[in-house]
Amino acid sequence: MIVDILQWLVSAEEWSGDGGILVRLLEHIAYTLLVILLAGLVAIPAGLWIGHTGRGRWMVTVANALRAIPTLGLLFALTLVLLPRLPGASAFIVPSIAVLVLLAIPPILSGTYSGVESADPAALDAAKGMGMTGRQVLRSVEIPIALPLLISGIRAAVLQVVATATIAAYVGLGGLGRYLIDGLAISDYVSTAGGALLVALLALALDAPFALLGRYLVSPGLTGRTPRALRQTDPVPAGGTA
Amino acid sequence: MQWILDHLDDITSLGLQHVWLSGLPLILGLVISIPVGWLATRARWLRGVLITGSGLLYTIPSLALFVLMPLVLGTSILDPLNVVVAMTIYTIALLVRSVVDGLTSVPDEVARSATAMGYTSVRRFFGVDLPLAVPVIAAGLRVAAVSSVSMVSIASLIGVDQLGDLLIDGFNREIAGELLAGILASVLLAVVFDLLIRLGEHTLTPWRRAQQGSSA
Repeated sequence: MIVDILQWLVSAEEWSGDGGILVRLLEHIAYTLLVILLAGLVAIPAGLWIGHTGRGRWMVTVANALRAIPTLGLLFALTLVLLPRLPGASAFIVPSIAVLVLLAIPPILSGTYSGVESADPAALDAAKGMGMTGRQVLRSVEIPIALPLLISGIRAAVLQVVATATIAAYVGLGGLGRYLIDGLAISDYVSTAGGALLVALLALALDAPFALLGRYLVSPGLTGRTPRALRQTDPVPAGGTA
Repeated sequence: MQWILDHLDDITSLGLQHVWLSGLPLILGLVISIPVGWLATRARWLRGVLITGSGLLYTIPSLALFVLMPLVLGTSILDPLNVVVAMTIYTIALLVRSVVDGLTSVPDEVARSATAMGYTSVRRFFGVDLPLAVPVIAAGLRVAAVSSVSMVSIASLIGVDQLGDLLIDGFNREIAGELLAGILASVLLAVVFDLLIRLGEHTLTPWRRAQQGSSA
């Protein structure tokens, strides 16, 4: 069985053509990027605003409550509602993308606002004391401090979207989910498992850059990777817990 | 609404399946995560390996994991065991981190007082460290419970019956009431699990009540 699946994975004819693996893989990646972009456009400004002003917490509560709704149910309900109202192929794609955006918002939102809130009040006071305006404090103090949590929020959203896009194949979305859904429908375990392996590998591959991003985009002052020349004396020899 | 009243029996039996498929993995995952989390607090390199490793497991999409389980376990694709094992893996992936965070949050002076009182390391773990870690572990378990109840629905796509069947059947036959029943029953179950975990946390942390008096 494993040999059959590996053969399926490497066979040239499976990779080529309109419904080939390459096209499905690129579709899956394109959906993910589009959804994260849309969700980020909503969630990052909202999160910055909530974190900076301390107002609008109810949005976080609402976004979190959404998580209790089964993804499958949300997807089906929205598709049923929108299906008769949209023309042609968009009737299948729009509800799926909308549900994916809805699912990607809560992790990005809570990552952003809790990142901003994690800023040490003393650092904010210092920035204000130096004469920074609210906008400057946000840009040069709060956003850099928020980055680690913001990045891990986006990372969680990406994983959620890659996984849920697979399920959205059931209501007609393209991408790698087609192999799983179509394979299950005709009891073809080889292409089902092959598709599953590809999705798992894609998720791992998309996750990896975030680990690196978290390391290199974050201000050295926050990670303890301060250049030696700037470091005075280490107050605690071994450093904190990593 | 009428659909729900007419099919209460079906909803209940599928709901019980759902309780079983999402509840058992939470318990198994918790039982496994505690020793793994404890191991991770022993050495820094172990902690990195265990936390990163369990985190990587969580990246695998649920439908993919359900479908791949038969390859690993040698089960048939329709076997509910696939779902139980996959959900247990997800619970472990989420909880190992919580257990480590909980155990390391125990203040140093508390741990040393216990040692000074003559607690052996085993007794200290069960009598001091683990109880003090309960709030952090419970927080992780609540996240795991909500996502687990939602994720188990997906098992209907591979033919393992539970509340997700209502979602798929309701969608395919365009019965809005059935779809709604599936969503409501699932949300209700998530709320019940959440309440049970909070109740358990409340029972296991009597000192918090003593501290707060009647204000809780």
